[in-house]
Amino acid sequence: MANHAITVTVNGVKERVDVPSNMTLLEMLRQRLALTGAKNGCGAGECGACTVLLDGEPVNACMVLAAEVDGAAVVTVEGLAQDGQLSAVQQAFVEEGGVQCGFCTPGMLISAHALLQRNPRPTEDEIREALVGNLCRCTGYTRIVRAVQKAAQGGVE
Amino acid sequence: MLARPGLVSFDYVRARTPGEVVQLLAEHGADARLMMGGTDLLVRIRDGAVRPRLVVDLKHLPGMRDILYQQQAGLTVGAAVTMNQLARHPAVVAHYPLLAQAANSVASYPLRNRATIGGNLCNASPCADTAPPSYVLAGRIVVHGSAGEQEVAIADFFRGPGQTVLQPGQFVTAIRFPPSPAAASGRYLKLGRNKAGDLAIVSVAVLGFPDASAPSGYRFRIALGAVAPVVLRVPAAEEWLAHHPPGAETFARAADLAAAAASPIDDVRASADYRRAMVRTLTRRGLNAVADTIAAPTGSA
Ligand SMILES: Cc1cc2nc3c(=O)[nH]c(=O)nc-3n(C[C@H](O)[C@H](O)[C@H](O)COP(=O)(O)OP(=O)(O)OC[C@H]3O[C@@H](n4cnc5c(N)ncnc54)[C@H](O)[C@@H]3O)c2cc1C
Ligand code: FES
Ligand code: FES
Repeated sequence: MANHAITVTVNGVKERVDVPSNMTLLEMLRQRLALTGAKNGCGAGECGACTVLLDGEPVNACMVLAAEVDGAAVVTVEGLAQDGQLSAVQQAFVEEGGVQCGFCTPGMLISAHALLQRNPRPTEDEIREALVGNLCRCTGYTRIVRAVQKAAQGGVE
Repeated sequence: MLARPGLVSFDYVRARTPGEVVQLLAEHGADARLMMGGTDLLVRIRDGAVRPRLVVDLKHLPGMRDILYQQQAGLTVGAAVTMNQLARHPAVVAHYPLLAQAANSVASYPLRNRATIGGNLCNASPCADTAPPSYVLAGRIVVHGSAGEQEVAIADFFRGPGQTVLQPGQFVTAIRFPPSPAAASGRYLKLGRNKAGDLAIVSVAVLGFPDASAPSGYRFRIALGAVAPVVLRVPAAEEWLAHHPPGAETFARAADLAAAAASPIDDVRASADYRRAMVRTLTRRGLNAVADTIAAPTGSA
Protein backbone atom coordinates (compact mmCIF):
# COMPACT_ATOMS: atom_id res chain seq x y z
CA MET A 1 0.00 0.00 0.00
CA ALA A 2 1.29 3.41 -1.00
CA ASN A 3 2.13 6.12 1.49
CA HIS A 4 1.36 9.72 0.66
CA ALA A 5 3.64 12.53 1.72
CA ILE A 6 1.16 15.31 2.33
CA THR A 7 1.41 18.90 3.47
CA VAL A 8 -1.48 20.16 5.54
CA THR A 9 -1.94 23.27 7.64
CA VAL A 10 -3.37 22.28 11.01
CA ASN A 11 -4.45 25.02 13.40
CA GLY A 12 -2.25 27.44 11.47
CA VAL A 13 0.86 25.24 11.54
CA LYS A 14 2.16 23.67 8.34
CA GLU A 15 2.70 19.94 8.84
CA ARG A 16 4.36 17.38 6.58
CA VAL A 17 2.97 13.92 7.26
CA ASP A 18 3.45 10.50 5.67
CA VAL A 19 0.07 8.82 5.63
CA PRO A 20 -1.06 5.44 4.36
CA SER A 21 -3.97 5.46 1.87
CA ASN A 22 -6.41 3.93 4.32
CA MET A 23 -5.76 6.38 7.18
CA THR A 24 -8.61 8.75 7.99
CA LEU A 25 -8.11 12.42 8.74
CA LEU A 26 -9.29 11.67 12.28
CA GLU A 27 -6.64 8.97 12.76
CA MET A 28 -3.98 11.30 11.38
CA LEU A 29 -4.94 14.09 13.78
CA ARG A 30 -5.11 11.81 16.82
CA GLN A 31 -2.28 9.37 16.15
CA ARG A 32 0.24 11.35 14.10
CA LEU A 33 -0.28 14.90 15.35
CA ALA A 34 -1.37 14.04 18.92
CA LEU A 35 -4.41 16.28 18.58
CA THR A 36 -6.87 14.22 20.60
CA GLY A 37 -9.62 16.84 20.80
CA ALA A 38 -11.62 15.40 17.91
CA LYS A 39 -13.07 12.09 19.10
CA ASN A 40 -13.87 8.78 17.45
CA GLY A 41 -17.45 8.06 18.46
CA CYS A 42 -18.94 6.03 15.64
CA GLY A 43 -16.47 6.17 12.76
CA ALA A 44 -19.43 6.35 10.42
CA GLY A 45 -20.62 9.94 10.04
CA GLU A 46 -23.42 9.58 12.58
CA CYS A 47 -22.29 11.24 15.81
CA GLY A 48 -20.22 14.31 14.95
CA ALA A 49 -17.67 13.80 17.75
CA CYS A 50 -14.93 13.99 15.09
CA THR A 51 -16.08 17.27 13.51
CA VAL A 52 -13.25 19.57 12.31
CA LEU A 53 -13.04 22.45 9.85
CA LEU A 54 -11.63 21.53 6.44
CA ASP A 55 -10.86 24.67 4.43
CA GLY A 56 -13.25 26.54 6.71
CA GLU A 57 -16.21 24.15 6.52
CA PRO A 58 -17.15 21.52 9.10
CA VAL A 59 -16.73 17.87 8.07
CA ASN A 60 -16.74 14.50 9.83
CA ALA A 61 -13.02 13.70 10.07
CA CYS A 62 -13.78 9.98 10.36
CA MET A 63 -15.20 10.12 6.83
CA VAL A 64 -12.27 11.88 5.14
CA LEU A 65 -9.06 10.17 4.05
CA ALA A 66 -5.88 11.86 5.24
CA ALA A 67 -4.48 11.55 1.72
CA GLU A 68 -7.36 13.73 0.51
CA VAL A 69 -6.36 16.77 2.57
CA ASP A 70 -3.00 17.37 0.88
CA GLY A 71 -2.70 21.15 0.54
CA ALA A 72 -5.75 21.87 2.71
CA ALA A 73 -6.20 23.76 6.00
CA VAL A 74 -7.67 21.96 9.00
CA VAL A 75 -8.86 23.49 12.28
CA THR A 76 -9.59 21.32 15.29
CA VAL A 77 -11.03 22.28 18.67
CA GLU A 78 -7.43 22.90 19.80
CA GLY A 79 -7.28 25.73 17.26
CA LEU A 80 -10.35 27.67 18.43
CA ALA A 81 -8.72 29.53 21.33
CA GLN A 82 -6.44 32.40 20.31
CA ASP A 83 -3.50 33.53 22.47
CA GLY A 84 -4.79 31.56 25.44
CA GLN A 85 -8.24 33.20 25.17
CA LEU A 86 -11.21 30.89 24.70
CA SER A 87 -13.35 31.73 21.66
CA ALA A 88 -16.79 33.26 22.25
CA VAL A 89 -18.49 29.88 21.74
CA GLN A 90 -16.10 28.08 24.07
CA GLN A 91 -16.57 30.71 26.78
CA ALA A 92 -20.35 30.53 26.40
CA PHE A 93 -20.26 26.70 26.76
CA VAL A 94 -18.38 27.15 30.04
CA GLU A 95 -20.75 29.80 31.35
CA GLU A 96 -23.97 28.09 30.30
CA GLY A 97 -22.88 24.61 31.39
CA GLY A 98 -22.98 23.19 27.86
CA VAL A 99 -20.48 20.47 28.85
CA GLN A 100 -21.02 17.38 30.98
CA CYS A 101 -18.83 14.36 30.11
CA GLY A 102 -17.29 16.40 27.30
CA PHE A 103 -17.08 13.69 24.65
CA CYS A 104 -19.30 15.56 22.21
CA THR A 105 -17.92 18.99 23.07
CA PRO A 106 -15.04 19.34 20.57
CA GLY A 107 -17.37 18.50 17.68
CA MET A 108 -20.19 20.64 19.07
CA LEU A 109 -17.86 23.61 19.37
CA ILE A 110 -16.63 23.25 15.80
CA SER A 111 -20.18 22.92 14.41
CA ALA A 112 -21.38 25.87 16.51
CA HIS A 113 -18.38 27.96 15.52
CA ALA A 114 -19.00 27.21 11.83
CA LEU A 115 -22.69 28.07 12.19
CA LEU A 116 -21.89 31.48 13.69
CA GLN A 117 -19.40 32.13 10.90
CA ARG A 118 -22.03 31.64 8.21
CA ASN A 119 -24.99 32.94 10.21
CA PRO A 120 -24.05 35.28 13.06
CA ARG A 121 -27.65 35.57 14.32
CA PRO A 122 -29.21 32.10 14.10
CA THR A 123 -32.69 31.32 15.41
CA GLU A 124 -33.13 28.45 17.86
CA ASP A 125 -34.38 26.25 15.00
CA GLU A 126 -31.32 27.12 12.93
CA ILE A 127 -29.05 26.24 15.85
CA ARG A 128 -30.77 22.89 16.36
CA GLU A 129 -30.61 22.12 12.63
CA ALA A 130 -26.91 23.00 12.47
CA LEU A 131 -26.18 20.66 15.38
CA VAL A 132 -28.34 17.76 14.18
CA GLY A 133 -25.23 15.76 13.30
CA ASN A 134 -23.65 16.28 16.73
CA LEU A 135 -25.07 13.83 19.24
CA CYS A 136 -24.88 14.50 22.98
CA ARG A 137 -25.81 11.78 25.44
CA CYS A 138 -25.59 13.99 28.53
CA THR A 139 -26.92 17.51 28.35
CA GLY A 140 -30.29 17.15 26.65
CA TYR A 141 -29.07 19.92 24.32
CA THR A 142 -30.89 22.77 26.12
CA ARG A 143 -27.77 24.28 27.61
CA ILE A 144 -25.80 23.75 24.41
CA VAL A 145 -28.42 25.67 22.44
CA ARG A 146 -28.43 28.39 25.09
CA ALA A 147 -24.64 28.63 24.92
CA VAL A 148 -24.73 29.10 21.15
CA GLN A 149 -27.41 31.76 21.54
CA LYS A 150 -25.27 33.52 24.10
CA ALA A 151 -22.19 33.43 21.89
CA ALA A 152 -24.29 34.74 18.99
CA GLN A 153 -25.44 37.73 21.00
CA GLY A 154 -21.82 38.49 21.79
CA GLY A 155 -22.87 38.01 25.38
CA VAL A 156 -19.39 36.89 26.31
CA GLU A 157 -16.91 39.61 27.09
CA MET B 1 -7.41 3.46 21.21
CA LEU B 2 -10.02 3.60 18.47
CA ALA B 3 -13.63 2.68 19.01
CA ARG B 4 -13.74 0.83 15.72
CA PRO B 5 -11.07 -0.84 13.63
CA GLY B 6 -9.53 1.13 10.79
CA LEU B 7 -10.15 0.66 7.11
CA VAL B 8 -8.72 -2.37 5.30
CA SER B 9 -5.70 -1.44 3.25
CA PHE B 10 -6.08 -0.02 -0.23
CA ASP B 11 -4.32 2.47 -2.46
CA TYR B 12 -5.76 5.93 -2.97
CA VAL B 13 -5.42 7.85 -6.23
CA ARG B 14 -6.63 11.38 -6.92
CA ALA B 15 -7.57 11.20 -10.62
CA ARG B 16 -6.72 14.22 -12.78
CA THR B 17 -8.32 13.37 -16.12
CA PRO B 18 -11.25 11.21 -17.30
CA GLY B 19 -8.74 9.26 -19.42
CA GLU B 20 -6.77 8.34 -16.31
CA VAL B 21 -9.97 6.99 -14.71
CA VAL B 22 -10.82 4.90 -17.77
CA GLN B 23 -7.30 3.47 -17.74
CA LEU B 24 -7.30 2.70 -14.01
CA LEU B 25 -10.68 1.00 -14.27
CA ALA B 26 -9.48 -1.05 -17.24
CA GLU B 27 -6.36 -2.12 -15.33
CA HIS B 28 -7.94 -2.89 -11.97
CA GLY B 29 -11.48 -3.96 -12.85
CA ALA B 30 -13.62 -4.83 -9.87
CA ASP B 31 -10.70 -4.23 -7.47
CA ALA B 32 -11.11 -0.49 -8.05
CA ARG B 33 -13.85 1.60 -6.45
CA LEU B 34 -14.81 5.13 -7.35
CA MET B 35 -15.10 7.73 -4.64
CA MET B 36 -16.38 11.28 -4.38
CA GLY B 37 -17.43 12.33 -0.87
CA GLY B 38 -16.88 8.80 0.42
CA THR B 39 -19.88 9.03 2.77
CA ASP B 40 -21.33 5.81 1.40
CA LEU B 41 -18.14 4.15 0.19
CA LEU B 42 -16.06 4.55 3.36
CA VAL B 43 -18.89 3.20 5.53
CA ARG B 44 -19.12 0.16 3.26
CA ILE B 45 -15.36 -0.37 3.34
CA ARG B 46 -15.35 -0.08 7.13
CA ASP B 47 -18.19 -2.59 7.40
CA GLY B 48 -16.34 -5.01 5.12
CA ALA B 49 -19.12 -4.92 2.52
CA VAL B 50 -16.57 -3.97 -0.14
CA ARG B 51 -12.80 -4.59 -0.11
CA PRO B 52 -11.25 -2.48 -2.84
CA ARG B 53 -7.54 -2.62 -3.67
CA LEU B 54 -7.74 0.81 -5.23
CA VAL B 55 -9.90 3.84 -4.40
CA VAL B 56 -10.09 6.37 -7.24
CA ASP B 57 -11.09 9.86 -6.14
CA LEU B 58 -13.06 11.53 -8.94
CA LYS B 59 -14.02 14.83 -7.38
CA HIS B 60 -11.01 16.74 -8.72
CA LEU B 61 -11.72 15.93 -12.39
CA PRO B 62 -12.32 19.09 -14.44
CA GLY B 63 -15.87 20.41 -14.16
CA MET B 64 -16.99 17.84 -11.60
CA ARG B 65 -17.75 20.48 -8.99
CA ASP B 66 -19.36 23.07 -11.29
CA ILE B 67 -22.99 24.13 -11.53
CA LEU B 68 -23.98 25.72 -14.86
CA TYR B 69 -27.34 27.30 -15.57
CA GLN B 70 -28.66 28.75 -18.82
CA GLN B 71 -32.28 29.62 -19.36
CA GLN B 72 -32.45 27.74 -22.65
CA ALA B 73 -30.23 24.77 -21.90
CA GLY B 74 -31.25 24.26 -18.29
CA LEU B 75 -29.04 23.09 -15.45
CA THR B 76 -25.88 20.99 -15.50
CA VAL B 77 -24.69 19.82 -12.11
CA GLY B 78 -21.22 18.28 -11.90
CA ALA B 79 -21.42 14.85 -10.28
CA ALA B 80 -19.15 15.91 -7.40
CA VAL B 81 -21.23 18.95 -6.45
CA THR B 82 -21.93 18.64 -2.73
CA MET B 83 -25.37 18.78 -1.12
CA ASN B 84 -24.55 22.11 0.55
CA GLN B 85 -23.37 23.58 -2.76
CA LEU B 86 -26.58 22.45 -4.45
CA ALA B 87 -28.83 23.63 -1.63
CA ARG B 88 -27.57 27.20 -1.72
CA HIS B 89 -26.80 27.78 -5.41
CA PRO B 90 -28.96 30.74 -6.52
CA ALA B 91 -30.05 29.20 -9.85
CA VAL B 92 -30.95 25.91 -8.17
CA VAL B 93 -32.91 27.68 -5.44
CA ALA B 94 -34.70 29.90 -7.98
CA HIS B 95 -35.47 27.41 -10.78
CA TYR B 96 -35.17 23.92 -9.26
CA PRO B 97 -36.20 24.46 -5.62
CA LEU B 98 -37.18 20.80 -5.30
CA LEU B 99 -33.57 19.82 -5.78
CA ALA B 100 -32.36 22.36 -3.24
CA GLN B 101 -34.93 21.11 -0.71
CA ALA B 102 -33.88 17.51 -1.24
CA ALA B 103 -30.15 18.29 -0.96
CA ASN B 104 -30.76 20.25 2.22
CA SER B 105 -32.62 17.33 3.78
CA VAL B 106 -29.63 14.96 3.64
CA ALA B 107 -28.05 13.97 6.95
CA SER B 108 -26.29 16.83 8.78
CA TYR B 109 -24.55 20.04 7.68
CA PRO B 110 -21.01 18.55 7.99
CA LEU B 111 -22.01 15.46 6.04
CA ARG B 112 -23.59 17.66 3.36
CA ASN B 113 -20.19 19.28 2.86
CA ARG B 114 -18.92 15.92 1.63
CA ALA B 115 -21.95 14.04 0.26
CA THR B 116 -22.35 14.63 -3.49
CA ILE B 117 -25.31 14.38 -5.84
CA GLY B 118 -23.43 11.97 -8.12
CA GLY B 119 -22.51 9.71 -5.21
CA ASN B 120 -26.10 9.82 -4.01
CA LEU B 121 -27.45 8.66 -7.38
CA CYS B 122 -24.67 6.13 -8.14
CA ASN B 123 -25.12 4.57 -4.71
CA ALA B 124 -28.68 3.81 -5.89
CA SER B 125 -30.31 3.53 -2.50
CA PRO B 126 -34.13 3.52 -2.76
CA CYS B 127 -34.14 6.33 -0.19
CA ALA B 128 -31.54 8.55 -1.91
CA ASP B 129 -32.93 12.05 -1.45
CA THR B 130 -31.90 13.54 -4.79
CA ALA B 131 -33.51 10.71 -6.79
CA PRO B 132 -37.26 11.56 -6.60
CA PRO B 133 -36.68 15.21 -7.57
CA SER B 134 -34.45 14.05 -10.43
CA TYR B 135 -37.35 11.96 -11.77
CA VAL B 136 -39.93 14.75 -11.79
CA LEU B 137 -37.37 17.23 -13.17
CA ALA B 138 -36.53 14.79 -16.02
CA GLY B 139 -32.85 14.56 -15.09
CA ARG B 140 -30.34 12.90 -17.41
CA ILE B 141 -27.19 11.21 -16.18
CA VAL B 142 -24.01 11.97 -18.11
CA VAL B 143 -21.97 8.77 -18.30
CA HIS B 144 -18.31 8.68 -19.33
CA GLY B 145 -16.55 5.55 -20.54
CA SER B 146 -13.94 4.31 -22.97
CA ALA B 147 -16.37 5.02 -25.85
CA GLY B 148 -16.80 8.63 -24.76
CA GLU B 149 -19.85 10.30 -23.28
CA GLN B 150 -23.51 9.33 -23.33
CA GLU B 151 -26.68 10.43 -21.54
CA VAL B 152 -29.11 8.16 -19.73
CA ALA B 153 -32.58 9.27 -18.62
CA ILE B 154 -32.89 9.02 -14.85
CA ALA B 155 -35.82 6.60 -15.19
CA ASP B 156 -33.52 4.19 -17.07
CA PHE B 157 -30.53 4.59 -14.73
CA PHE B 158 -31.53 2.47 -11.72
CA ARG B 159 -31.94 -1.30 -11.87
CA GLY B 160 -32.58 -2.05 -8.22
CA PRO B 161 -31.27 -1.26 -4.75
CA GLY B 162 -27.54 -0.50 -5.16
CA GLN B 163 -27.69 -1.25 -8.89
CA THR B 164 -27.43 1.03 -11.87
CA VAL B 165 -26.98 0.51 -15.60
CA LEU B 166 -23.33 1.62 -15.35
CA GLN B 167 -21.05 -0.92 -17.02
CA PRO B 168 -17.57 -1.76 -15.76
CA GLY B 169 -15.30 1.12 -16.77
CA GLN B 170 -18.09 3.71 -16.84
CA PHE B 171 -18.58 6.58 -14.43
CA VAL B 172 -20.84 9.58 -14.01
CA THR B 173 -19.58 13.10 -14.65
CA ALA B 174 -22.73 15.23 -14.42
CA ILE B 175 -26.51 15.35 -14.16
CA ARG B 176 -28.45 17.53 -16.62
CA PHE B 177 -31.89 18.99 -16.05
CA PRO B 178 -33.92 20.58 -18.86
CA PRO B 179 -35.51 23.96 -18.15
CA SER B 180 -38.42 23.55 -15.74
CA PRO B 181 -41.84 23.95 -17.44
CA ALA B 182 -43.10 27.56 -17.34
CA ALA B 183 -44.68 28.58 -14.01
CA ALA B 184 -43.86 25.20 -12.47
CA SER B 185 -43.81 24.72 -8.74
CA GLY B 186 -42.24 21.83 -6.86
CA ARG B 187 -42.04 20.33 -3.39
CA TYR B 188 -39.92 17.61 -1.82
CA LEU B 189 -41.46 16.11 1.29
CA LYS B 190 -39.41 13.72 3.38
CA LEU B 191 -40.43 11.80 6.43
CA GLY B 192 -37.64 10.55 8.69
CA ARG B 193 -37.75 9.30 12.26
CA ASN B 194 -36.68 12.78 13.36
CA LYS B 195 -37.46 16.23 12.06
CA ALA B 196 -34.00 16.45 10.46
CA GLY B 197 -30.89 14.41 9.90
CA ASP B 198 -32.38 11.01 9.14
CA LEU B 199 -32.78 8.82 6.07
CA ALA B 200 -36.19 8.92 4.43
CA ILE B 201 -38.82 6.43 5.61
CA VAL B 202 -40.89 7.80 2.76
CA SER B 203 -40.27 10.72 0.45
CA VAL B 204 -42.41 12.35 -2.22
CA ALA B 205 -41.46 14.79 -4.96
CA VAL B 206 -44.27 16.72 -6.66
CA LEU B 207 -43.94 19.05 -9.63
CA GLY B 208 -46.97 20.89 -11.04
CA PHE B 209 -47.40 23.36 -13.89
CA PRO B 210 -50.14 24.89 -16.03
CA ASP B 211 -50.63 23.06 -19.34
CA ALA B 212 -53.40 24.05 -21.75
CA SER B 213 -53.27 20.62 -23.41
CA ALA B 214 -54.40 18.92 -20.19
CA PRO B 215 -58.19 18.75 -19.66
CA SER B 216 -57.75 20.05 -16.09
CA GLY B 217 -55.40 22.82 -17.26
CA TYR B 218 -52.55 21.42 -15.16
CA ARG B 219 -50.05 18.64 -15.22
CA PHE B 220 -48.44 17.09 -12.18
CA ARG B 221 -45.54 14.71 -11.86
CA ILE B 222 -45.18 12.60 -8.74
CA ALA B 223 -42.20 10.46 -7.69
CA LEU B 224 -42.02 8.32 -4.55
CA GLY B 225 -38.82 7.41 -2.70
CA ALA B 226 -38.10 4.56 -0.25
CA VAL B 227 -41.26 2.58 -1.04
CA ALA B 228 -40.03 0.31 -3.84
CA PRO B 229 -36.70 -1.12 -5.11
CA VAL B 230 -36.29 2.03 -7.25
CA VAL B 231 -38.04 5.40 -7.29
CA LEU B 232 -41.61 5.16 -8.60
CA ARG B 233 -43.44 7.60 -10.82
CA VAL B 234 -47.21 7.31 -10.41
CA PRO B 235 -48.78 7.52 -13.91
CA ALA B 236 -52.27 6.63 -12.62
CA ALA B 237 -52.28 9.59 -10.23
CA GLU B 238 -50.70 11.88 -12.82
CA GLU B 239 -53.41 10.96 -15.37
CA TRP B 240 -56.12 11.54 -12.80
CA LEU B 241 -54.75 14.99 -12.04
CA ALA B 242 -54.57 15.90 -15.73
CA HIS B 243 -58.28 15.08 -16.07
CA HIS B 244 -59.82 16.48 -12.89
CA PRO B 245 -59.92 20.03 -11.62
CA PRO B 246 -57.34 20.73 -8.90
CA GLY B 247 -58.81 20.69 -5.40
CA ALA B 248 -59.13 18.67 -2.22
CA GLU B 249 -61.14 15.80 -3.71
CA THR B 250 -58.95 15.38 -6.76
CA PHE B 251 -55.81 15.47 -4.62
CA ALA B 252 -57.20 12.95 -2.13
CA ARG B 253 -57.96 10.52 -4.96
CA ALA B 254 -54.50 11.05 -6.48
CA ALA B 255 -52.95 10.41 -3.07
CA ASP B 256 -54.90 7.12 -2.83
CA LEU B 257 -53.57 6.12 -6.25
CA ALA B 258 -50.02 6.93 -5.14
CA ALA B 259 -50.43 4.83 -1.99
CA ALA B 260 -51.77 1.95 -4.10
CA ALA B 261 -48.75 2.16 -6.42
CA ALA B 262 -46.21 1.93 -3.60
CA SER B 263 -44.76 -1.48 -2.74
CA PRO B 264 -42.95 -0.76 0.52
CA ILE B 265 -41.20 -3.23 2.81
CA ASP B 266 -41.28 -3.69 6.58
CA ASP B 267 -37.96 -2.88 8.17
CA VAL B 268 -36.45 -1.64 11.39
CA ARG B 269 -37.32 1.94 10.47
CA ALA B 270 -41.01 1.59 9.61
CA SER B 271 -43.67 -0.96 8.69
CA ALA B 272 -44.96 -1.33 5.15
CA ASP B 273 -48.46 -0.25 6.26
CA TYR B 274 -47.14 2.90 7.86
CA ARG B 275 -45.08 3.70 4.78
CA ARG B 276 -48.10 3.29 2.52
CA ALA B 277 -50.22 5.51 4.75
CA MET B 278 -47.50 8.15 4.74
CA VAL B 279 -47.25 8.05 0.94
CA ARG B 280 -50.91 9.06 0.92
CA THR B 281 -50.40 11.86 3.44
CA LEU B 282 -47.24 13.30 1.91
CA THR B 283 -48.65 13.14 -1.62
CA ARG B 284 -51.76 15.03 -0.56
CA ARG B 285 -49.69 17.63 1.28
CA GLY B 286 -47.30 17.99 -1.63
CA LEU B 287 -50.14 18.47 -4.13
CA ASN B 288 -51.81 21.07 -1.91
CA ALA B 289 -48.58 22.99 -1.41
CA VAL B 290 -47.72 22.90 -5.11
CA ALA B 291 -51.26 23.92 -6.17
CA ASP B 292 -51.11 26.90 -3.81
CA THR B 293 -47.90 28.18 -5.33
CA ILE B 294 -48.83 27.56 -8.99
CA ALA B 295 -51.99 29.57 -8.43
CA ALA B 296 -50.12 32.48 -6.86
CA PRO B 297 -49.18 35.17 -9.39
CA THR B 298 -45.56 35.22 -8.20
CA GLY B 299 -45.35 31.40 -8.06
CA SER B 300 -41.78 30.14 -7.92
CA ALA B 301 -40.47 28.77 -11.17
C1 LIG C 1 -24.60 9.40 8.70
C2 LIG C 1 -25.10 9.34 7.28
C3 LIG C 1 -26.34 9.90 6.98
C4 LIG C 1 -26.83 9.87 5.68
N1 LIG C 1 -28.04 10.44 5.42
C5 LIG C 1 -28.51 10.45 4.15
C6 LIG C 1 -29.76 11.07 3.85
O1 LIG C 1 -30.43 11.66 4.71
N2 LIG C 1 -30.21 11.01 2.57
C7 LIG C 1 -29.49 10.41 1.58
O2 LIG C 1 -29.96 10.41 0.44
N3 LIG C 1 -28.31 9.82 1.84
C8 LIG C 1 -27.81 9.82 3.09
N4 LIG C 1 -26.60 9.23 3.36
C9 LIG C 1 -25.88 8.53 2.28
C10 LIG C 1 -24.80 9.35 1.57
O3 LIG C 1 -24.31 10.39 2.37
C11 LIG C 1 -25.32 9.95 0.27
O4 LIG C 1 -25.81 8.93 -0.57
C12 LIG C 1 -24.25 10.75 -0.48
O5 LIG C 1 -24.85 11.64 -1.37
C13 LIG C 1 -23.25 9.90 -1.22
O6 LIG C 1 -22.35 10.76 -1.93
P1 LIG C 1 -20.78 10.59 -1.79
O7 LIG C 1 -20.18 11.60 -2.69
O8 LIG C 1 -20.35 10.59 -0.40
O9 LIG C 1 -20.62 9.13 -2.43
P2 LIG C 1 -19.43 8.08 -2.36
O10 LIG C 1 -19.47 7.36 -1.07
O11 LIG C 1 -18.14 8.71 -2.74
O12 LIG C 1 -19.90 7.10 -3.53
C14 LIG C 1 -21.14 6.41 -3.46
C15 LIG C 1 -21.17 5.24 -4.42
O13 LIG C 1 -21.15 5.68 -5.77
C16 LIG C 1 -20.00 5.22 -6.45
N5 LIG C 1 -19.53 6.37 -7.20
C17 LIG C 1 -19.04 7.53 -6.67
N6 LIG C 1 -18.78 8.40 -7.65
C18 LIG C 1 -19.13 7.81 -8.81
C19 LIG C 1 -19.11 8.22 -10.17
N7 LIG C 1 -18.71 9.46 -10.53
N8 LIG C 1 -19.52 7.37 -11.12
C20 LIG C 1 -19.96 6.13 -10.77
N9 LIG C 1 -20.01 5.68 -9.50
C21 LIG C 1 -19.59 6.51 -8.54
C22 LIG C 1 -19.04 4.79 -5.37
O14 LIG C 1 -18.18 3.78 -5.82
C23 LIG C 1 -19.97 4.31 -4.30
O15 LIG C 1 -20.41 3.01 -4.56
C24 LIG C 1 -26.07 9.25 4.65
C25 LIG C 1 -24.82 8.70 4.95
C26 LIG C 1 -24.32 8.74 6.25
C27 LIG C 1 -22.98 8.17 6.54
S1 FES D 1 -16.79 9.55 14.80
FE1 FES D 1 -17.08 10.70 13.00
S2 FES D 1 -19.20 11.05 13.00
FE2 FES D 1 -18.94 9.73 14.71
S1 FES E 1 -21.53 16.21 27.27
FE1 FES E 1 -21.47 14.06 27.28
S2 FES E 1 -21.99 13.58 25.25
FE2 FES E 1 -22.33 15.69 25.32
